[in-house]
Amino acid sequence: MVSKRGSSVSQKILEHELVPKHEVVSLKEGLEVLKKYGIKPDQLPWIKANDPVAKAIGAKPGDIVKVVRKTPWGGEIVVYRYVVP
Amino acid sequence: MTVTEEEKIVSMIKFGILSPEEIRKMSVVEVKSTETYDEDGLPVPHSVMDPHLGAIDPGHICPVCGNSIKGCPGHFGHIELALPVINVIFIKYIYDVLRAVCANCGRLKLPQKDIERGLKYYRKLNERHPYLARRFSEYIKKRAIKTTVCPHCGYKQPKLKLTKPITIEEYNEETRSYIRLNPLVIRSRLEKIPNEDVELLGFDPQESRPEWMILTVLPIPPIAIRPSIMIETGIRSEDDLTHKLVDIVRTNERLKEHIVAGAPQIIIDDLWELLQYHVTTYLDNEVPGFPPAKHRSGRPLKTLAQRLKGKEGRFRGNLSGKRVDFSARTVISPDPYISINEVGVSVEVAMKLTVPEKVTEWNIEELRKCVINGPYKWPGANYVVTPDGRRIDLRYVKDRKSLAESLAPGYIVERHIRNGDIALFNRQPSLHRMSIMGHIVKVLPGRTFRLHLAVCPPYNADFDGDEMNLHIPQTEDARAEARELLKVQYHILTPRYGGVIIGGLQDYISGAYLLTVKTTLLTKEDVMELLSSAGVVKELPEPAILSPRELWTGKQIVSLFIPPDFNYHGKASISAGHLKCEDIECFWDSYVVVRTGKLLMGVLDKKSIGAEQQDSFFYFLVKEYGADFAVNFIDSVFRMFIRILEKKGFTLRLDDVAIPEKAKNEIIQMLMESFKKVQEYVDQYVKGVLEVVPGRTAEESLEIKILEILAEARDKAGEIAVGYLDPFNHAFIMARTGARGNVLNLTQMAATLGQMTVRGERIWRGYMGRPLPHFSVNDLGPIARGFIVNSFYSGLSPTEMFMHAAGGREGLVDTAVRTSQSGYMQRRLINALMDLYVEYDYTVRDSSGSIIQFLYGEDGADPAKAPHGKPINVERIVERVIGWKL
Repeated sequence: MVSKRGSSVSQKILEHELVPKHEVVSLKEGLEVLKKYGIKPDQLPWIKANDPVAKAIGAKPGDIVKVVRKTPWGGEIVVYRYVVP
Repeated sequence: MTVTEEEKIVSMIKFGILSPEEIRKMSVVEVKSTETYDEDGLPVPHSVMDPHLGAIDPGHICPVCGNSIKGCPGHFGHIELALPVINVIFIKYIYDVLRAVCANCGRLKLPQKDIERGLKYYRKLNERHPYLARRFSEYIKKRAIKTTVCPHCGYKQPKLKLTKPITIEEYNEETRSYIRLNPLVIRSRLEKIPNEDVELLGFDPQESRPEWMILTVLPIPPIAIRPSIMIETGIRSEDDLTHKLVDIVRTNERLKEHIVAGAPQIIIDDLWELLQYHVTTYLDNEVPGFPPAKHRSGRPLKTLAQRLKGKEGRFRGNLSGKRVDFSARTVISPDPYISINEVGVSVEVAMKLTVPEKVTEWNIEELRKCVINGPYKWPGANYVVTPDGRRIDLRYVKDRKSLAESLAPGYIVERHIRNGDIALFNRQPSLHRMSIMGHIVKVLPGRTFRLHLAVCPPYNADFDGDEMNLHIPQTEDARAEARELLKVQYHILTPRYGGVIIGGLQDYISGAYLLTVKTTLLTKEDVMELLSSAGVVKELPEPAILSPRELWTGKQIVSLFIPPDFNYHGKASISAGHLKCEDIECFWDSYVVVRTGKLLMGVLDKKSIGAEQQDSFFYFLVKEYGADFAVNFIDSVFRMFIRILEKKGFTLRLDDVAIPEKAKNEIIQMLMESFKKVQEYVDQYVKGVLEVVPGRTAEESLEIKILEILAEARDKAGEIAVGYLDPFNHAFIMARTGARGNVLNLTQMAATLGQMTVRGERIWRGYMGRPLPHFSVNDLGPIARGFIVNSFYSGLSPTEMFMHAAGGREGLVDTAVRTSQSGYMQRRLINALMDLYVEYDYTVRDSSGSIIQFLYGEDGADPAKAPHGKPINVERIVERVIGWKL
């Protein structure tokens, strides 16, 4: 398959049904998350900055990404990732 | 230097390489004498047994620290090596560093600008992401190794080659061959590398300079690390490490002499190599390429690396796992008359295991009796601890009576364990948490541990010689934890899938069937006997049959123990074949119905009371009435099941699997027909007109078809045989109720063994075109390929017996392979998961507090309480609320 860097292909992966919703959270929200769990940012699970989804949503090292996943029982679970280089 | 008892907190541990200066600084003596003891048996000064290395004999005072054996920590000495040698442990890194730096000027082979920029980046990374810094220096190293011309001095880099184990060779342009670099050259090259370049390569130049990877000074460990053993004859036997050190000193001294005497280079090189060999094997005696150093007896020496490595090494054998006190191990045997919460402990064991009990005014009389009984009479005591911390060993107390008199509150008596104490019971392999459970001690005569049969499944125990371990918790906290969390009753439901793992098995199931089957009618005496075996006094219901005699059914008796608001319905195990029942409209009594605590119809068997059964009668009882109820149920009702078996007599005999001549003929006829069909397929195959299964070759298609026919034939034979069996034949009862065995086992005993297979194929290996020489070549017929017409009852022919053994061997090999594989898998899993825990906010964290999962299992459900991952069983709730169809 021909793929162009930074073009529609990397945007398209976000539309795939198996890719859960990712978004970069604001600084304020990020701090709230850290406070809620009482942790430092690097104690969150990590996502690499060159992860295809991270690139697609434009996450930079130091950001916190919010992932909303569907569970098999119909519920939703919110998890966070810390973007690392 | 004296040892002070100053307390400090370890905030960080840093590993580095010992520098020669550091080794000299911590050394108390230079070792240069090759003799260890003089004629008087005294250690020679400046030998590897120099007294300065630490006090080892009791009463001896250390000349360095002034402590006796108790306080002296031991001191290091050192050897000044005549010529440097390579430390094998670092050979890979030495080779890498040598390749990454210039052979001429010793700089890292990258442009100055890159080095400066890289160093800045490296330092920053090291602060925030140390794992990335390591990757970065790997990348730098790779780039530097690729460079062929030094960017600093323009020197063309010669090629380097590492010849295992420890020779580094350099390509020489003039001679066009590889020339060996000796440790002196290597060391001088490493010395030239500036600190900045060293840092960029991933070393900390303060703690570990690369040239320190070449040994010039060797530390001599304290004697306490390598104690010599005295044999009764008074002959001293030295530790392996000491032997090795003596070798090193001897070679080193010889080398020194030769150098001073100006011996030819060849002799010096030879000795140098010998020194390298001794130092290498001293560090690690399993280096590939070096012959391991041997003891006089031919046993390989256990040197430094061998002490640490592997299962019995320091880490896995002494630090991660230790032998413990207050434990016992012996053979287990069954006892159906103790509670499932109990463990039977022999008196002998009970007199060795103790519990420390504080003396108070309420237990003082009791503990006095224990002290008077002493260590050899149960229930006694082994030690008394006075309030000032003195331990009195009761074995050596002459007058225990007066000691008992002197007991007062504040004393601690280490008394024997007795009935009611809590113990931890364990069987290896400890694969899940139910492998260690809390049991209440019950001291019994005999020499084995006794356990209730229903707790065999969680331990995976049987009584063919299994041994189990018993541990006695020593603190109040540990005992409370064992009682409240670990007791057997809290593990009836397994956290694996939320079903019962403790329940009826084998005889309990046969007994339950015999008690609840329709034909069982009990007289008043029978009922009273049963109830007394259950240990209860209950008012009897109205008898099911009033005349000519009062008779009760087994179902009525069982119903006495079911809570009055309990409802249940479900299939029984015997619901199969012509006794199949799908619903309440059932003639065969194979559908269990409980309404308002009365067992109305259906027999209890494996599906209802068995262990590891889903959504069963027993499961809902446990789930809805709790663990205490379940224990009571097992301890009373299950005992009744055993009693009815004892009353009726339940056994298995050869006649049980005997079938009439008529049935035999029927089976043989049926088999002959199948054989004919097989022959037809073989003929088709030979002619080449066999219908081929898609994606298979003709041979494979033939095999598949033959296996199909023969499996069908065996099943049919089984049906015929089972059809002729009396339904109350004991072997058949066990198979139907699920107590033990299945219809296939019965078929093999009564009718025919059927096809034997190895790796899922008919048996064909052995000779060319035939498995045994008794058959003709290329005979594809059933008999020649391992079909056994006979049954265990009729007996096997010699060739059949061979085929059966071939199939049986495969099973044995499979089990052996599986256990070893699952053991290693378990070890890896535990290493990965051991310190994860669920925080109070339901997040899963590791030991550093980092989040692994934001919600345990991503649904927060406890699998022990959510059968098969489903938190609620909607059907059951609806049924309980609106009632099942009437």
